[in-house]
Amino acid sequence: MRVLVALAAVVALLVAVSVGIDVLGWRWLFGVIVPYSAGLLFLVGIVARVLDWASSPVPFRVPTTCGQQRSLDWIPPARLDNPSTTLGVAGRMALEVLAFRSLFRNIRSEVRDGRLAHGSNKWLWLGGLAFHWSLLFVLLRHLRFATEPVPRFVLGVTRVDGFLQVGLPVVNASTALFVAALAFLFLRRVTSPQLRYISLPSDYFSLFLLLAVGASGIFLRHFAKVDVPAAKALVLGLMSLSPRPPAALGSAFYAHLFLVSVLLAYLPFSKLAHMAGIFLSPTRNLANDSRARRHVNPWNHPVSVHTYEEYEDEFRERMREAGLPLEKE
Amino acid sequence: MSDAPKPDQAGYYEQEDLLRVDYGPPREDWMRSRASFRPGTFIYPAKPKNLDYIGFPNARQWSPTDEDWKLPANWQEIVLEGIHERLEKYRSFKVFMDICVRCGACADKCHFYIGGGDPKNMPVLRAELLRSIYRHDFTAAGKLLGRLAGARPLTIDVVKEWFYYFYQCTECRRCSVFCPYGVDTAEITMMARELLHLLGLSVNWIMEPVANCHRTGNHLGIQPHGLKDTLEFFADDIEEVTGVRVEAPINRKGAEILFVTPSGDFLADPGTYTCMGYLALFHELGLDYTFSTYASEGGNFGLFTSADMMKRLNAKIYAEAKRLGVKWILGGECGHMWRVLNQYMDTMNGPADFLEVPVSPVTGTRFEHARSTKMIHIVEFTADLIRERKLALDPSRNDGRRVTFHDSCNPSRSMGMLEEPRAVLKGVCRNFFEMPPNTIREQTFCCGGGAGLGTDENMEMRLRGGLPRGNAVRHVRDRHGVNVLAACCAIDRATLTTVCDYWAPGVKVSGITELVANALVMKGEKERTLDFRKEPLRGEEGPRDA
Repeated sequence: MRVLVALAAVVALLVAVSVGIDVLGWRWLFGVIVPYSAGLLFLVGIVARVLDWASSPVPFRVPTTCGQQRSLDWIPPARLDNPSTTLGVAGRMALEVLAFRSLFRNIRSEVRDGRLAHGSNKWLWLGGLAFHWSLLFVLLRHLRFATEPVPRFVLGVTRVDGFLQVGLPVVNASTALFVAALAFLFLRRVTSPQLRYISLPSDYFSLFLLLAVGASGIFLRHFAKVDVPAAKALVLGLMSLSPRPPAALGSAFYAHLFLVSVLLAYLPFSKLAHMAGIFLSPTRNLANDSRARRHVNPWNHPVSVHTYEEYEDEFRERMREAGLPLEKE
Repeated sequence: MSDAPKPDQAGYYEQEDLLRVDYGPPREDWMRSRASFRPGTFIYPAKPKNLDYIGFPNARQWSPTDEDWKLPANWQEIVLEGIHERLEKYRSFKVFMDICVRCGACADKCHFYIGGGDPKNMPVLRAELLRSIYRHDFTAAGKLLGRLAGARPLTIDVVKEWFYYFYQCTECRRCSVFCPYGVDTAEITMMARELLHLLGLSVNWIMEPVANCHRTGNHLGIQPHGLKDTLEFFADDIEEVTGVRVEAPINRKGAEILFVTPSGDFLADPGTYTCMGYLALFHELGLDYTFSTYASEGGNFGLFTSADMMKRLNAKIYAEAKRLGVKWILGGECGHMWRVLNQYMDTMNGPADFLEVPVSPVTGTRFEHARSTKMIHIVEFTADLIRERKLALDPSRNDGRRVTFHDSCNPSRSMGMLEEPRAVLKGVCRNFFEMPPNTIREQTFCCGGGAGLGTDENMEMRLRGGLPRGNAVRHVRDRHGVNVLAACCAIDRATLTTVCDYWAPGVKVSGITELVANALVMKGEKERTLDFRKEPLRGEEGPRDA
């Protein structure tokens, strides 16, 4: 049910854009107004999100320590898994963001046939890493549509990405990986009863939307053989604030552009904001140095404490009898 | 009355039944299913007098099994205002409400889920119980799309579910180790429990110790003269066993060191043997130290209550250090105590600028890593002593003990004290064996009774939650003949005894300093034949058979 709702939402987006272009011819809407609005929503949304998170203080220093602390000189500390310095924290965050360090620890634990067994389980790590890195490569490749002349590193990325030398135009490895990883993440979610149980429609929507972006991109490159100069002209026009949607581009192109626009606009307001949130996670981005340096809580308000005087007042007689020292005789 | 075991006794539960864990989720949507309060799986409410004593609101008689929980009339307003306030105060809360992608990596990391299979014990779903309300009332998507966006309105059933499941989380932070964004269920559980407190919903197993600690300085309610008697009694036992008379200085002004330990060490076996170990060790070193009756609790059940309550109880340690004029503070073997001391104390009640950076009077080692809090862990202190060869030790005295080490949740995941205890244990025992790698260090499993859940009426959950730990203990028992599980945590010493008796019979729980004291050759001691348990020191008959 939740899968179908999400699927229906993505299909509705596709229907909207094809009707908009093929029937109504609203090229300005889908080629100019929607991309601009989406870009604006993305920028404003993600900045607002980060500012909103940052506006709440970090009252306590609560890193999850995943290795040996820095204590005695002769015990080597785990500088990355339990950093005590800012440099160590930077290293921990880099490992987390670039290599999904924590997910790499993943194991499977279950009681089966009356026995508890723990086993290695790196598939989620692999699938997640494959998806995120391929997405980065796809984005870098797409810079050729937004730059003139195209920077050398973009051409380099494109060349590396086509190393398979299959098909014409060449099939990009990152595209294949992108779709395969998403398919894996989707299948993982629907085939596991536990994951299905915890999944929300928005979890499926994100996956379907990304899959549709990928599928429409593949269709454009390998089947519709999109008019690349026209597409680039549109993007460059948007970039230079003089947009002119060329008539040469069909609804397939607009579908791709529209889905990307929806993705951009949706991102800051959904769980996909984790891309920014990870950097603000207090269990990961703080050094475990709270015994060496005092961490200050901006709202550290006074609380009522049972003072020693009150304590001694209550127990004075018994303390005297027991021969314990007193403040007031 | 029959003699058949009751749900608050381990004997009530058949291992076969507990081991038949069904991970298949129910058909009903989790947003609609209600918590069912089955004896053995929930904790009794706090008695009104305990809440009144510390000034908590809405104290009353109520029962989780009643339909009517007698909530204040404007309870929804109170909860929503409470969420709002905490979102503004804690970045962790705000970020963790927003960024979870429900990847499920945390699911089988929770000991309660592994041993019980209840989907709402998956950390992700435990958090969603609160997140769904956050979305409904604090996000645009939730307001617009409702259930499609994972939002649901705050109803009385939601509150009941919170009470059930946020007291089925031991705040052990194991899930947070595996989460790609570091989402920490402990942080979410702490917020949820604060919200429940606003409605007067709390458990007696936590609130009675809190009220006790506020009044008498320790969770167990031991009064000053009682503590003196207890320590004298320990000194008698030590003399009987070693022939050496030790002092137990109390409330002594001008001592160099204030020693603070969990009060469980004063009253509950086997923690008491660890406390005797401290006394013997400090005597042997000629340490200039004092206990305090006012600050006679290292543990802090305020951590399981609210940030303010934690601060109120913790304040006594620095206040007492100042009053007594000590130079620095030494802390005993306790788990959550060290989360508070490492991550909260200085922020809440510091700066401790009236103290000095801890320096070991025996080795001269300066503990720079505690230069701001001025407080170090006894195991750090002892590891340094052993490294510098300042203790006369005869590890062969522990030869009858085949030892493994249980990393307690907080010293491992909220501090990172992993090697120090191992260095000490290897220095005093010759038979040391590790449990499997997925069950120790930062991946260690909870005892199942932390964060205030270690009470007998919660026995089914404790046994289920203790299964992963118990299973690993059984593994080393069968493989290496392990008969002692060492742990530096007072809650462990109480709860793991139950867990081991049930899942790995024959394995006894021991503090680290108890084992140190076994091996410690004291000046002027008689020939030692007994340990502090008054069992054969070298274990000729063997603790396994005892």
